[in-house]
Amino acid sequence: MIALPEPKPEVLARRDAILAGIAPLVGPEAVIDEPHCLRAYESDGLASYRQAPLAVVLPETTEQVAAVLRFCRREGVRVVPRGAGTSLSGGALPLADAVVIGLMRMNRILTIDYVDRVATVQAGVTNLGITAAVAKKSFFYAPDPSSQLACMIGGNIAMNSGGAHCLKYGVTANNVLGLTIVTIEGEILALGGAHLDAAGYDWLGILTGSEGQLAIVTEVTVRILRASEGTRAMLAAFRSNEVAGACVAAIIGSGIIPVALEFMDRPAIHACEAFAHAGYPLDAEAMLIIEVEGNQAEQDDLLARLGEITRRFDPSSVRVAATPEESAAIWKGRKGAFGAVGRISPDYLCMDGVIPTSQLPRVLRRIGEMSSAYGLAVANIFHAGDGNLHPLILFDANDPQSMAKAEEFGAEILKLCVAVGGCLTGEHGVGVEKRDLMPVQFSPADLDQQRRVKSAFDPDWLLNPSKVFPLTVAPPVVRAA
Amino acid sequence: MQTRFTPTQLADPELAACNQVLRSCVHCGFCTATCPTFVLFGDELDSPRGRIYLMQEMLESGAPPAPEVVLHIDRCLSCLSCMTTCPSGVHYMHLVDYARTYIERTFHRPAAERTLRAVLATMLPHPSRFRLALLAARGLRPLSRLFPKRHRLGAQLRAMLELMPASLPARSATDAPRVHPAQGRRRARVALLAGCAQQVLAPSINEAAVRLLTRLGIEVVVAKGAGCCGALVHHLGRHTDALDAARRNIAAWQAEIDGPDLDAIIVTASGCGTMVKDYGFLFRNAPEREAAESISALACDISEFLSGLGYEPTRPPPGVRLAYHAACSLQHGQRITAEPKALLARAGFTVVEPAEPHLCCGSAGTYNLLQPEIATRLRARKLAHLEETGATVIAAGNIGCITQLASGRLPVVHPVELLDWMAGGPKPAVL
Repeated sequence: MIALPEPKPEVLARRDAILAGIAPLVGPEAVIDEPHCLRAYESDGLASYRQAPLAVVLPETTEQVAAVLRFCRREGVRVVPRGAGTSLSGGALPLADAVVIGLMRMNRILTIDYVDRVATVQAGVTNLGITAAVAKKSFFYAPDPSSQLACMIGGNIAMNSGGAHCLKYGVTANNVLGLTIVTIEGEILALGGAHLDAAGYDWLGILTGSEGQLAIVTEVTVRILRASEGTRAMLAAFRSNEVAGACVAAIIGSGIIPVALEFMDRPAIHACEAFAHAGYPLDAEAMLIIEVEGNQAEQDDLLARLGEITRRFDPSSVRVAATPEESAAIWKGRKGAFGAVGRISPDYLCMDGVIPTSQLPRVLRRIGEMSSAYGLAVANIFHAGDGNLHPLILFDANDPQSMAKAEEFGAEILKLCVAVGGCLTGEHGVGVEKRDLMPVQFSPADLDQQRRVKSAFDPDWLLNPSKVFPLTVAPPVVRAA
Repeated sequence: MQTRFTPTQLADPELAACNQVLRSCVHCGFCTATCPTFVLFGDELDSPRGRIYLMQEMLESGAPPAPEVVLHIDRCLSCLSCMTTCPSGVHYMHLVDYARTYIERTFHRPAAERTLRAVLATMLPHPSRFRLALLAARGLRPLSRLFPKRHRLGAQLRAMLELMPASLPARSATDAPRVHPAQGRRRARVALLAGCAQQVLAPSINEAAVRLLTRLGIEVVVAKGAGCCGALVHHLGRHTDALDAARRNIAAWQAEIDGPDLDAIIVTASGCGTMVKDYGFLFRNAPEREAAESISALACDISEFLSGLGYEPTRPPPGVRLAYHAACSLQHGQRITAEPKALLARAGFTVVEPAEPHLCCGSAGTYNLLQPEIATRLRARKLAHLEETGATVIAAGNIGCITQLASGRLPVVHPVELLDWMAGGPKPAVL
């Protein structure tokens, strides 16, 4: 079980005074401190780790966020930012002595500019909410994490979220043009703008993926894109995970970049079919969802070439969605996959390693072997084209031993990813989940440099501390210039 | 998700069922996005996932809940949008139904709230009492503005008066126990749920259903002894009252099942349909189990039944642009989404859908009376979306929604009234 730092006793002792100080900044309606109610905030999408916070604050404006941060800085109170609470790495896991700042009420679309193809929204707008706001003009926001229905753009910035369609369009970092952030001092800063290439240092690059440790993002300007003329999804079923993995490597190796290239193994296929009724091949060991887009001729050409490649791997079936409804059902299953696994197991740990696509067959085989060795089943659902693995380790949280084994198994998978030339996290972030594995990926000098960046923004380590970096090493003492 | 029930608690079949529901939740948070109260409040506590947490702790503790916990569970509309969204198949309805029963049993509500709930539970499910109450209260309607909105009970009483119809239709003979014979060759025989509040507020709905069905060769029985489905009291946490109501219906319909073949039990109010379809679960550990299961299996929304029957209009297309409002009990409770739209299109209407079709209009049984502030905000949001469609008529398959949306600019009718009209019946009075 992951350790959390000891709460500061002097903060716990001043709880009432702290609450009394925050309430006037946001209004009493926006502060939650009743113990039963705080429990609902004790975890995010990584439900195995839980800790109720000192309080939850739900600001509605950037100025309120600034006021609360200024107050917390002065009082030495830790802060955990939270969007929709869908993190799979415990990014929004509270601390006993921390105030959770929830941005769910900052859910307004601010401006949309179709000529310059940008939209500015508050941090609490859901990922899909951006697309929904621009869909009537046939535009969309490209990065599409599976939780896009619920997850919020502020959290997407924190974790540099990916998604099925990032193979072609890039991840969050490639689609963000500007940010309004609030520093721990309560200073409001605007970075970048409604144009490509921000001036000066790449602040957007530093902030995107910083896991809420450098500042709190309150507004985001994103690139919106014109939707293609049409898309079509193809389902290819295979006799083993390794063969499907080899097919992925062959597709990417051929130079074709489908708009999405997704992998599901047998347990995942069955769980998702029960939810989405998409006509997934239930007799297959593994399945690829391959989506192409463009005009009819482009689609036909790509599908023909992809069909040729897949046929080399002796697929047990290949089907192209005949209607938009069929395509929608195929994606509904894929997007709901993690939740759908709840149908076959009460709990799971979702891994998020990245490997070179050529290593897919080898790594999938090793995961299968580990699964037998640990006696824990695995469901594999992932962005194959990116080599971004999501093995879901199935366990039963009501059995503490099962949980410990699952954690150990997960760590071994991630070490394997690093060993074959990949990395610990593709799109879910390090959070608390992969925190203690960071030394597998980084040397002490690397980690120290990263911690210096954190200290430059947040010298007292109040913003989302105890995430990303192992607790064993004390933060370096660096003062901002 | 992890749960911490003791073995003794799990020996209780109700808690065991709740445990199963809780364990299937993986806390992914998808449900938050499509929950009407989360959309309004932006607070985990007003989302299904937050409520699941609150309910879990309440049930595990075995103690009376804190007032804050009751507040957030009371704010749940039971619209079941979360169940449509949930990839894990969490049966939220069974969990929240039991939580409401548990709260009713263990939590002491303030006197005014208790009285109001008791009045609703004794009046609404009984057509004659409800009718009398409406007639008696009619004189108060113009006084509704005198009730202070800021006071909870004041707002509730005001909402009640504002939702009351300006005039009350005459009692209909359709809903009295009898057999409505099929016209021509008899193709099937069905029982029709006469219901409770609907037959007082809009008897034209069942009248249209009977006309349409008999014209299509269906014999329609209104069974003696059947009445309110029990949903209304069920959602108030009055489990025993709900079981009593359900038991009366089971007995009445069982008598019909035992007679000549019964092909379906038709429900024209989708809120009731969701309840009747759940009788099998409600009586899963009772002697009535088998009968309840077969009745749940026979239960059919009118749109579901008509879809399988082959509906054809006889009048030329009316040239009406119609907004279809999906009642939550139909779209989420029974997962019936395409059928009503397809039937209305078949009947010749130009069918359009509003934005956010998955969000509740705020009616939700007695919710608009108990939570008027939230219900009013949801209604305004829904009406704005419906009016944006440019439609001139709204069709909704549940009496609750029809009453809730009636205060807007557009007339609201039940789809079956429109289908009957296009197949030779009279034009609905509100058009």
